[in-house]
Amino acid sequence: MRRWVLFSLLLFTLAVPFRGTVAAAQEKGVLRVITWAGYAPQELLDRFTEETGYRVEVTFSNNEEMISKLRATRGGGFDLAQPSQDRISAVVSQFGLYQPIDFSRIDEDQIDASLLEAVKKNTRVDGQSYAVPHVYGTEGIVVNRAKAPDVKDFKDLLDPRYAGRVSYRLKRPTLIGMGFSLGKDPFALYNDKGAYQAFLDDMEKTLIAAKPLVKTYWDNGDQLLQLLRSGEVWAASAWEQAGWKLHAENPDIDYIAPASGALGWVDTFAIPSRSQNLEGAYAYINFMLRPENAAFFTNRETYGTASKGAIAFLDEEIKDNFNRGLPPEVLAQVNWYPPVPAGIEEMEGRTLDKIKAAR
Amino acid sequence: MASGRLRGGFLFFFLPVALWLALLIVLPHLELLRLSFTDSLAGRFTVANYLAFFTEPIYWLTFVRTALYSLLVTFLVMTVALPVAFYVTKVVDVRLSGFLMVLLLVPFWVSELVRVYGWMILLRESGIVNQVLTGLGLLKEPVEFLYRDATMVMGLVYTSMLFMVVPLIGVMDDLDDALIEAAYDLGASKGAIWRTIVIPHCATGLVSGGIIVFMLVLGSYLTPNLMGGKNSLWFTEQIYNQIILYFNWNQGAAFGFLLLLLSSLIIWAVLKVTGQRLKEVVK
Repeated sequence: MRRWVLFSLLLFTLAVPFRGTVAAAQEKGVLRVITWAGYAPQELLDRFTEETGYRVEVTFSNNEEMISKLRATRGGGFDLAQPSQDRISAVVSQFGLYQPIDFSRIDEDQIDASLLEAVKKNTRVDGQSYAVPHVYGTEGIVVNRAKAPDVKDFKDLLDPRYAGRVSYRLKRPTLIGMGFSLGKDPFALYNDKGAYQAFLDDMEKTLIAAKPLVKTYWDNGDQLLQLLRSGEVWAASAWEQAGWKLHAENPDIDYIAPASGALGWVDTFAIPSRSQNLEGAYAYINFMLRPENAAFFTNRETYGTASKGAIAFLDEEIKDNFNRGLPPEVLAQVNWYPPVPAGIEEMEGRTLDKIKAAR
Repeated sequence: MASGRLRGGFLFFFLPVALWLALLIVLPHLELLRLSFTDSLAGRFTVANYLAFFTEPIYWLTFVRTALYSLLVTFLVMTVALPVAFYVTKVVDVRLSGFLMVLLLVPFWVSELVRVYGWMILLRESGIVNQVLTGLGLLKEPVEFLYRDATMVMGLVYTSMLFMVVPLIGVMDDLDDALIEAAYDLGASKGAIWRTIVIPHCATGLVSGGIIVFMLVLGSYLTPNLMGGKNSLWFTEQIYNQIILYFNWNQGAAFGFLLLLLSSLIIWAVLKVTGQRLKEVVK
């Protein structure tokens, strides 16, 4: 009797893995996507699985982690990634993390032509492009107009009148935004290391001198919302989404593009070099950029989309946000991030460390 | 025959441990060691990553700051944990002491992140402590308690206290009450009893707890970062920044090994100075 029980147990354990493989063979396979929180709404994923048969496994991450993870596996572990457009060409030429996009498999008609062209240009390595635009956004200032009506530009965050009432991130966008606002052009200095170091030293002095004025360097979105919502902070460098979210709660608070131009980023689709599901990856890209799907995403997350026809499907309130904060004339002034040359971030890192350590 | 079987049994139980250590701890460390000695761009052998620590003042200053604060926190934890352990083992009723142990343990069932956020809700400018103090009229204006070194030290003391209390309770249980009673009978003051009986008896517990707390604090990332705010550059943050933000794994690996080396050195020095032997302490 006991032997019989043991035998059936053994059979059962042997059978379980077989059952698993049978089930996996019935669907068309898994698409492993590494992306930003909110970029892959469950409703769209369900629709995608229904339409194509691919099951999507999503990992949430950010630019730095995305690169670190892909670097650790030498471009494996994920079938599709969503890095920002300025973070691609350097890691392609240095570590070969991504593979070129085959644009004949992309439905280019549904993508905004100027964004597509810009991304193609910025991700070109040896004549081939490595990314397709998906989402864009800007970094400007979220300001509480009732308390700090005069904040118009990044440099106003250094104004002693607002001591203890301003906040910004201690990350590279702050260095660059402050630079533009103080009349410099950091992007033009990218390829001259000596000049860029001089610019960084300058910003180091400025930001250390301003250190007593800043409440704290915020480093996650939740912390930023808390600071502004509670009225502890009146003006902070932030993305338009944070501003619009707070605007809905308190009309005094809103996003403004700085006078010297907001900083603009574009998040893309890029395919890791050891992707195991190219079919699925291309299907996913075309699916996400279809106007009604892109509009569903923008209505939910309020990020601008590279999908051309999506505007027709947007909610009124979302349309209003874009008209108020990012009308075409403001968008035309945006400083879009060009690709970062190798070594630049190490220099910036040293400057940021010094600012953080200074008393 | 018997010894052969014994060897087989030994191998059977030893192999998983050996594989675990070799594959998950030794191998990755060897790779990190190799990385720490190679150049981040050219990939050649170099010691520049280690030299950078000594030539760039901000790096070693950050380490010195981190180490000094860790020592301070360890000392504060000792002074807080000694009376707590004494109270739990010697003063209260046995049944109550079990309950008190549970009270000490309960906060540690919650993750460190949640505990730190709890402190932030209490201490922020629009937080509960400020509302109570201004409500009672003790403060005219709310004060920002967060983002100060003192707050950070308090948070670190709080998060690491349990790791001192537990070993102390262990050694204090062994302390014969008769010794303390005899000292009282012979007219010793409270200070003298602590100095000559309780603390010498607890020395091994203090040192083993001290090593755990010191290493925990030195290696902590969340608490200094969230509670210390704009002024708290902790050495672990430097490692995180190098690897995750600037993709400079080589520099980060070098910092990691320096942290391991220097913290071991500090512990060795403290053991030497206090005349304790590691063998006795870990027993």
